[in-house]
Amino acid sequence: MNIGVLLKQVPDTETKVRINGDASGIEEGDIKWIVNPYDEFAVEEALKLNAALGEGEVVIFSLGRPKTVEAARTALAMGAHRAVILDDDGYLGSDAYGAASALAKAIEGEDIGLVFAGKVAIDDQNFQAPQIVAAKLEWPHVTNVNAFDHEGDTALVKRDVGGGTAEQVRVALPAVLTCDKGLNTPRYASLPGIMKAKRKPVKNLSPSDLGVEDDVGADNAKVVLSDYTMPPARPAGRILEGELADQIKELVGLLRTEAKVI
Amino acid sequence: MSDILVFCETAGGEAKSSARELLGKAKELADGGDVTAVLLGADVSGDGLGDWGADKVVTVSHDALASYVPGAYAAALSQVVEDASPDVVLGSASGLGKDLLPRAAALLETGVGADVVDLREGDDGIEGVRPLYAGKCLATVQVTSEPRFFSVRPNSFNIEDIEAGDGDVEEFEADLEDDYGYEVVEVTKTGGDKPDLTEADRIISGGRSLKSAENFKIFDEISDLLGAAVGASRAAVDADYCPHSMQVGQTGKTVNPSLYIACGISGAIQHLAGMRTSRVIVAINKDPDAPIFQHSTYGIVADLFEAVPMLTEELKGFLAD
Repeated sequence: MNIGVLLKQVPDTETKVRINGDASGIEEGDIKWIVNPYDEFAVEEALKLNAALGEGEVVIFSLGRPKTVEAARTALAMGAHRAVILDDDGYLGSDAYGAASALAKAIEGEDIGLVFAGKVAIDDQNFQAPQIVAAKLEWPHVTNVNAFDHEGDTALVKRDVGGGTAEQVRVALPAVLTCDKGLNTPRYASLPGIMKAKRKPVKNLSPSDLGVEDDVGADNAKVVLSDYTMPPARPAGRILEGELADQIKELVGLLRTEAKVI
Repeated sequence: MSDILVFCETAGGEAKSSARELLGKAKELADGGDVTAVLLGADVSGDGLGDWGADKVVTVSHDALASYVPGAYAAALSQVVEDASPDVVLGSASGLGKDLLPRAAALLETGVGADVVDLREGDDGIEGVRPLYAGKCLATVQVTSEPRFFSVRPNSFNIEDIEAGDGDVEEFEADLEDDYGYEVVEVTKTGGDKPDLTEADRIISGGRSLKSAENFKIFDEISDLLGAAVGASRAAVDADYCPHSMQVGQTGKTVNPSLYIACGISGAIQHLAGMRTSRVIVAINKDPDAPIFQHSTYGIVADLFEAVPMLTEELKGFLAD
């Protein structure tokens, strides 16, 4: 069974965001790009399963800006076999629906039996593409997976549903699973791995290769972002003074009478 | 004027209280259009939602909807939306909402403006405002396909009085399959009866200065008193004091409570990103130079092991009055 991984390149979490001149996005000049942290769990789980199966390939799928090939190479250096990248001007400005439609088509072309993705990309925090890929492929999806067992044509997974509740789900394969922290500890790329990655196959597919010209690109985006602004500055806070016991009394009073939150 | 459909999550067959915020905002935005509440489940009741502004209530009761199965819920919701053909569909950006809405919208080939913290009537109809890069900036989000789906970050709106609607309940027969390849085998409660962080109205969080998993018990009583969820910084999670499900920040949960109490948290940019939209932030930290103080409404420079028990006692007396 071939295992697919959805990979996205995102600005490092340390990035200080600055709005660009026409407020249509952020300044990308000095940004350091990293593989979306949750996607590393997806790569690791795919590699572990591939090793356990002893057959098939781990195929990376990534759509994005020209540097997306670097993210793919990182995953190849970790041990993935090959990559399909969607790097073409025609994809620029795609929304989640467009990107997911193209990724689903690319997955269809590679005989994939299971797809792992990160639970969310930490840049736009859209939390959408994997579910849309699953909808397009008519596969089930499970989000926020933190434990995975492969059992023949199904998988038994655990997921956090919030509020201190966890679920165990049996999902039929093929499926799209989105990975949460706790699933595994991603390996580092070894030096030989990095050398080998340079010779691993990377295939680039354009919108017309995939037949998704009517779904991708800014002109077809159903969701449009504009008018980027910095968040309003919070009014200067107040540091309470005096004996701690008095500060605590004052705080409770302020929370009731001034802030009205208790 | 817009017709707005609101997907209401349920607990025990009835709409969760989070639906009130969405219905109240929908009523305001509809400006005379119809507000329709939709409830999905094995056996759901839509009675009383007129009080929260619903003009109509559509219930779908079906065995396939007994627990949350994404394929089944997406099919049912998309069928209701297709039948009602509203201008806008709203749902909560809760764990369930973020899982479901993209899939349901994809079946209708429309888009979702995700995780909006504001909704307003723009030049081209209803649009949203959403945080990006974990709240480091904001952008206007427009959905150009119909209907416009938006998921709304919990606690974004301060809803006071809502103009009541008729609340007429109508059962919808969804065409669902028996098997969506997704079976919930077991549900386990791990964290007691605390509210979900992403939906919580009050949160108390601890950082690495808590020094151990055991010490997080310092929050047990105060969180019960306040009905608060307990969160943690990444440092505390990485040190194994807490599970990742409690992590607030860019690589954890994004929260939006009216009260956030940060204890022994220095305020790294990634943590601030996850909680900066909190209405009131209280910081307790013994380091007067901790960046968290620049972002907090009220700051107390003190050791949390002294301050938290005192605050607990003070609140106990106060809330008893």
